[in-house]
Amino acid sequence: MDTADMLINLAYIAASVIFIFGIKMLGSADTARKGNRLSSLGMLIAVVVTLFNRDIISYQLIIVGLIVGSLIGLIAARLVKMTSMPELVALLNGFGGLSSLLVGWAEYERITHITGTTGSLNENGELITKTIIDLSHFDAFTAATIALAILIGGVTFTGSVYAWGKLSGKLSGRPTLFKGQRALNAVIAALIVVFGVIMTVSAPHVGPGQIYLLILLSLALGILAVMPIGGGDMPVVISLLNSCSGLAASAAGFVIGNNVLIVAGCLVGASGLILTVIMCKAMNRTLGNVLFSGFGSTVQAASG
Amino acid sequence: MDLVLLVFIFVLAAFLGFELISKVPSQLHTPLMSGSNAISGITIVGALIAAGETTGTLSAWLGFAAVVLAAINVVGGYLVTDRMLGMFKKKDASKPKAD
Repeated sequence: MDTADMLINLAYIAASVIFIFGIKMLGSADTARKGNRLSSLGMLIAVVVTLFNRDIISYQLIIVGLIVGSLIGLIAARLVKMTSMPELVALLNGFGGLSSLLVGWAEYERITHITGTTGSLNENGELITKTIIDLSHFDAFTAATIALAILIGGVTFTGSVYAWGKLSGKLSGRPTLFKGQRALNAVIAALIVVFGVIMTVSAPHVGPGQIYLLILLSLALGILAVMPIGGGDMPVVISLLNSCSGLAASAAGFVIGNNVLIVAGCLVGASGLILTVIMCKAMNRTLGNVLFSGFGSTVQAASG
Repeated sequence: MDLVLLVFIFVLAAFLGFELISKVPSQLHTPLMSGSNAISGITIVGALIAAGETTGTLSAWLGFAAVVLAAINVVGGYLVTDRMLGMFKKKDASKPKAD
C-alpha cells in the first residue's frame, strides 16, 4: 500500500467515525440536526478522497454525474411538500438500492473484460502475441458478493418505488393479494438462491445472461414482497428497505473491497433493522405480522 | 486474509449499528430513517470508482448511472432530513413562548 492509498484509507476511517457519531446524534432530539450535518461532512470527505483513487482514469462521467445527481437531489428536497417527505425518502432509498445494483453489475462488466497478453511461438520460431480475456481476478467470493449486491439492491429499488407509489396515492394503498402469491414469492426467492449458488460455484465462467436473469428476478421480488402490505404499514416497510439499502451498499463494498462502504452500509443495515423493530413495537405489531399478514390499511380503516 | 479482515470489519460494524440505536423518541423515527438513508448513499464511493473507468466501456456507463442515482440519494437525503429537523426546532422554540 503506497502513501496515497494509506491517506485515502485513513480518511475513510475518519468518515466512518463521523457516520457513527452522526447516527448516534440523530437518535436524540437536541443533537439530531447537528448529527445530520456532521454525517453529511463525513460523506463529503469520503467522496472527495475517492476522487484521488488511482483506479480512476477519466473524470468526465464523474463530474457530469455528480452535477446532474446533486441538482436533482437539491431540487427534489427543496420543492417537496412537508407532508410528502416520507414518500421522497422512499424514492431516494430506491435510488440508493439501484445504485448499489449498478455498482455490482459494473464490477462484473469490468472484471470480465480485463485483458492480458499471451505469447506463443509459431512454426517459424516467431513470437505471436495475442490479447486474451483475463478472468483470474474473478473468484467465487467476487461472484457471490456481486450476486448479493444485485439481489439486495434490486429488491430495495422496486420495493421502495412501489412503497413510494402506495404512499403518494399513485398506486392503491390497499394490500394486493392474489392466489398463490406467497408460493410465487417463495419460488422466486428459491430461484434467486439457486442462481446465486450456481454463479458462485461456476465463477469465473459467469455469462451476462445469468446477471440479467438475476437482476430481473430481484426486481420482481421487490414488487411482489411489498404488494401484499397495506399503505398504513408503509413507514415500517420503508424503514426495513432503508436497512436493506445499507446492506446493499455493504455488499457493493465487498465486491470492490472498500472498507468505508462495508462499515457505513453495515451501520445503516443494523441500526435500520433496530429502528424498524422499534417502529413495529410502537404500533403493537411484530415485524413478521407487518410483512406477511396482508392487512395493514384495512385494519386501520376498521379501527378508525 | 484480506477477505477475512473485511468480514471481520462487517461483523463489528453490525454489532455497533445494533448498539447505536436504543431509545429513540417516536417523532424522530422518520428523520432517523431519512438520515441513515442518506448515509446508505455511501455506495456513491463505489459508483465513482466504476464511473472513472476508461470512457466508452459498459462498466463506466453503469458507473455513471450509479453516480447520478447515488448523488440524488445523498444530496436529497441530507437536505430533506435537515428540513424535517428544522421543523422540529421551530416547534420547540415556539413552545416555551406559549407557556
